[in-house]
Amino acid sequence: MIKVQQLRKHFGKVKAVDDISFEVKEHENLILLGTSGCGKTTTLKMINRLIEPSAGNVLIDNKNISEQQPEILRRGIGYVLQNHGLFPHYTVAENIAIVPQLLQWDKKRTERRISELIEKLHLTKDQLRAYPGELSGGQQQRVGLARALVVDPPILLMDEPFGALDNVTRANIHAEFKALDELKRKTIIMVTHDVQEAFELGDRICLMDKGKIVQNGTPAELLFHPENNFVSEFLQEQRLSLEFKSVRLADLWQWLSPQLSPNGGGVQLSADSGVWAGMEHFKFKSDDTISILNREHNETKSVGFEQLMSAFYQYKQQQAHE
Amino acid sequence: MNEQQQTLWEFMRQQSGKLLEQTVQHIGLTFISLFIAVLIGLPLGIFISRRKKFSGAVLGVAGILQTIPSIALLGFMIPLLGIGPRPAIVALLLYALLPIIRNTFTGITGVDVTVKEAAIAMGMSKWQVLSKVELPLAMPVIFAGIRTATVINVGVATLASYIAAGGLGEFIFGGISLNNTNMILAGAIPAALLAILFDFLLSRLQKLNIKKLKAVTVALPLLLIVLSSFYLLPSAYGTKLKAGFTPEFMGRRDGNLGLQSKYGLKISTVVISDAVMYKAAFEKQLDVISGYSTDGRLKAYDLVVLKDDKNIFPPYFAAPIIQENSLKKFAGLEKILNLLAKRINDSTMTALNYKTDYLHQSPEKVAKDFLVAQKLWKPAQTGGEGMVRIGSKIFGEQYILANIYSMLIKGYSHYDVATKTGLGGTKICFDALTNDQIDFYPEYTGTGLLAILQSPAKVVDSLTASPRATYNYVQDAFEKKYNIKWLKPIGFNNAYALMMRRGQAEKLKIKTISDLKRYLESR
Repeated sequence: MIKVQQLRKHFGKVKAVDDISFEVKEHENLILLGTSGCGKTTTLKMINRLIEPSAGNVLIDNKNISEQQPEILRRGIGYVLQNHGLFPHYTVAENIAIVPQLLQWDKKRTERRISELIEKLHLTKDQLRAYPGELSGGQQQRVGLARALVVDPPILLMDEPFGALDNVTRANIHAEFKALDELKRKTIIMVTHDVQEAFELGDRICLMDKGKIVQNGTPAELLFHPENNFVSEFLQEQRLSLEFKSVRLADLWQWLSPQLSPNGGGVQLSADSGVWAGMEHFKFKSDDTISILNREHNETKSVGFEQLMSAFYQYKQQQAHE
Repeated sequence: MNEQQQTLWEFMRQQSGKLLEQTVQHIGLTFISLFIAVLIGLPLGIFISRRKKFSGAVLGVAGILQTIPSIALLGFMIPLLGIGPRPAIVALLLYALLPIIRNTFTGITGVDVTVKEAAIAMGMSKWQVLSKVELPLAMPVIFAGIRTATVINVGVATLASYIAAGGLGEFIFGGISLNNTNMILAGAIPAALLAILFDFLLSRLQKLNIKKLKAVTVALPLLLIVLSSFYLLPSAYGTKLKAGFTPEFMGRRDGNLGLQSKYGLKISTVVISDAVMYKAAFEKQLDVISGYSTDGRLKAYDLVVLKDDKNIFPPYFAAPIIQENSLKKFAGLEKILNLLAKRINDSTMTALNYKTDYLHQSPEKVAKDFLVAQKLWKPAQTGGEGMVRIGSKIFGEQYILANIYSMLIKGYSHYDVATKTGLGGTKICFDALTNDQIDFYPEYTGTGLLAILQSPAKVVDSLTASPRATYNYVQDAFEKKYNIKWLKPIGFNNAYALMMRRGQAEKLKIKTISDLKRYLESR
């Protein structure tokens, strides 16, 4: 879907982005992760030509974006900014309607689409008439998301979209973000410096440093097969919680015995959930179990806390020897 | 006080036609220049917000323009654009430029970067980003600039009357020259009210919420055009020759009023400062002007004085007038000042004026050369016995006289001298004298008679023919009324005179004011 080839950006002598290549598949969620100044935002902005590269190409659906008119290109790419960038002199409705207006949609179509979106994003009709300054930070960010999604672009670029929010609001929005069906149809590139966020939301993570990609892989690959010391040190501090979050219950399937508990075992979870989610459901009473449904194998297993931990340990052992 | 207000009100009612005309001209001048300034300043401000490397230069130049004193700027305009509304509008618009450019620049560069980035990222073209995001968001700041420019323009537009562009300055400067408080107030109060009114209206605009601002953005240019067109309404009515009279001359019985009543002279007239009047006549922008008979520029620009065959211009013999108290305080001063009595006749004074006005010699040099030639010059002695304060009005002849007196006092006494030259018109000078801000200044008998004493017509008519009688009358009246003494006349008579270019006067065979009237009435 998106191919980035040998992309470079130099500001004077500073190499902000230094020979970067990666691919993003359709409906994939790629995270550009790194500390500030690592070139992740510059990379993102070269994809909708907010910044023109010094060298290299970006292909979208195998078409070179440098051959397209930037305005037309951008109308087909949703963009969400850290500080939302809503127009303070436009109402919420007008803000969301900017791109439809540029594309000359008729009014009815725009209105229908807006009311569809605000429902999905938990905004109220009254808020449509408000100005952005009258909304809370979380609401503003939702409006920013609605604005980016309104014409249903196939691609979404997000620059630290949740960076300005407090922890509680951010956690809520993360949950909504993952649940939003609109986003499941999108190819997303998201920039963040928040490791937890990257592991929670990303299908793949590009860890960047000093304008280069250090490692590009799935969360599990980064955790268990770090390319070098930089990667493992970068993740060190939050390693355990990251591991619990990124290892899925399905990954442990072979070490979970098909134990059938007498009562069919507590809460039922999908095997696609992370180990962390599984752990959260234990109430720590005797005979406390959860049941896990694996659709792939069409099989349900019921597990206790100790067994889960032991399976996780064995999984890690195996990863280390691979 | 109540009486004063009454008479002000009466004056305004009496002059309501003129007042309305001047107000309309004033509004027109203000807004036509403001409109053009917006047309230039807004795009320029936008341009430098795009190309920041030009911003320093553009803002610098606009800033320098703003620091040029308004009168000087108007003066610069005359060789380029002549007199009348055009140079005035250009000068005003130059003043209005800085606040407009600067605020446009500040407003646009102050727009939140993320908002701009969002606009671009959504696929807005440069033009759309400007018109839908940057300008609307910068509008409050831009409005503040326009507001500043408006208030500046209302103020500076009063000076437009110096170069025959009309406006409320005609009353203000006429009033200052004529010592007529009502006339000053009749110009100054409406000007101040205009400034307050426009400032208020624009502040209301500024406070409107962003939504309504969209409508205003359309309405404002229209409003500006309508207000600008005010100026075009009182368009020219013409006679064969065009006259330029000073504001002072316009309002005086021995000036334009006398010309109308005694000669029945009807000539299309503009009001103009005497600083530029002679040059305008020389450059054929004006045909007849109200000059002073000893003015150096008479010689410089080859103008001729039309004979006052009906004696409407009273004699204007110059003499120092001095506070009685100062005479007591500075012993021997009277004698020193009288050294100059009868030393300067009309042609000598014209020649001295010519040296400063046209040969651009400094008044000090001219004064010293004169004293040396007259064998009156003595090197300055040590001071320390007290400070004599000399005043002068704001024209060349008075500067020379002030310098001569200063040198005489320093040479013949041990007094120190402070000169306060350039004290505007008669009113300012005379007020300075009566309020003990200065000790003496050279005044003219005619001015004393008419502008200061405001003598009734009957008295004036009885005196006009005789210089001696006029001098005696004012000397007497000043003594009684103000405790101010007229010293001996210096000798020259700097009377009002109508003048024309020599060539034109000879061609049209105009030698007297009656000839001028006949020519104007002929077909």
